[in-house]
Amino acid sequence: MASIAILNYGMGNLRSVEKALERVGAEVVVTADPQAARAADGVILPGVGAFPAAMRQLRELELDALVAERLGAGTPVLGICLGLQLLFERSTELGGADGLGLVPGEVTPLEAPGLKVPHIGWESVRWERSSELIDGLTAATPFYFVHSFGVRPADSADVLGSAEWGERFTCAVARPPLYGVQFHPEKSSAAGLRLLANFTRICAPVPA
Amino acid sequence: MALKRVIPCLDVDEGRVVKGTNFVGLRDAGDPVELAARYDDEGADELVFLDITASHERRETIVELARRTADNVFIPFTIGGGIRTADDAQAVLDAGADKVSVNSAALARPELLTELAEVFGAQCVVIAIDAKRAGARDEVPDRAVEPAGRLAPEPGDTGREAEDVAGVMSSWDVYVNGGRRVVEGRDAVAWAREATERGAGEVLLTSMDRDGTTDGYDLELTRAVAEVVAVPVIASGGAGELRHLEQGIVEGGADAVLCASIFHYGTHTIREAKQHLHEAGVPVRLT
Repeated sequence: MASIAILNYGMGNLRSVEKALERVGAEVVVTADPQAARAADGVILPGVGAFPAAMRQLRELELDALVAERLGAGTPVLGICLGLQLLFERSTELGGADGLGLVPGEVTPLEAPGLKVPHIGWESVRWERSSELIDGLTAATPFYFVHSFGVRPADSADVLGSAEWGERFTCAVARPPLYGVQFHPEKSSAAGLRLLANFTRICAPVPA
Repeated sequence: MALKRVIPCLDVDEGRVVKGTNFVGLRDAGDPVELAARYDDEGADELVFLDITASHERRETIVELARRTADNVFIPFTIGGGIRTADDAQAVLDAGADKVSVNSAALARPELLTELAEVFGAQCVVIAIDAKRAGARDEVPDRAVEPAGRLAPEPGDTGREAEDVAGVMSSWDVYVNGGRRVVEGRDAVAWAREATERGAGEVLLTSMDRDGTTDGYDLELTRAVAEVVAVPVIASGGAGELRHLEQGIVEGGADAVLCASIFHYGTHTIREAKQHLHEAGVPVRLT
């Protein structure tokens, strides 16, 4: 069984993510303590809210360095929703802010003229390539979204999945062992649990 | 484009589902969380819990319901009934609910919608509106305005048709207390527009004329609201057959359809509803 640390930096409710991971058999710790996160087999960077405030909180808790350090050590990391956006170099939200810079590219508002933003609801996700993260998921799997901004990866090789809202936007990235999804797997029923189970399996230590 | 949603609604009193269900295989048919998990398995896109508990411990019961649901059900859910303040909303959202719906508290103090939207975001705030045709209160326009030469109404002619012939727009009143009390001076369509402009991110629109019948949604009401608000509309009240769900979306312009008895009593499964919508060309999530 893999242990997974959900980074708690004060942005959004983490209970659903925690319970969904437990449901798929992960051992979960919700923590703001870098030392506790270091002990886990995998790290989840969740988040709901505004990008600049989230980055301030991460820096204050020294969790920005922790994420980079864990990736350097080969530990799988999954960003969810705002957590995906934070992986990028910068966002234009609320005057703009630098992100973690772990994926080349930036975060800008969704361009959906005539459509409602925030984009809320179930949307079919098209997988652009294969990945362990999406094992067993069908070609046009619906996931649940709530967001106003979209990530713009500079390198198309990082794009794992896309969806459409006015424009086709990237909604999943993979740069193993780093992953990120714009949608909420913890609110996406069986498909979301499958994705979290896959991530948990990716995190599982290889038996010696 | 966002997939159209099918949303079962569960009425809950003191933590128990109010209407009995015909589901086989449930350990406890009165447990809202077990029923919710079943609906998740069947492909429900979201859930709405409407709490009708009257006791003073109401807030604790809905917070507990939200917590148990979030622990066991992995689709978005809304809690309504008993949300009167930002603190009430905070408590159920912290417990894991995705949205709160407000009804009479917003009518009493419309600023509540703005306060909730500013703290939690419009996507967390649902305005629930119980609407009833104004004609149902025998307040249809004076027959004297009918154009000359109109034939005398046939027996069974409804006030609605009289209004249409008279060229007068249909209108709907707003009700509270489960449809027992009219809110004076509130037009349902205008209220939907005002509530969304004040910060509600979604409208849960129930026809009190159709609620409890199996005659289908009030499509005219649904369309009238969908045309004036810039947020999703959930049609509610009256669904009895699968074609009603299709009508609510295709003819009523709803983004989602809410049902209770059609699923509770096992008339149809959610999977059948989704399949029907899919075959009718409505984009839905198939599971």
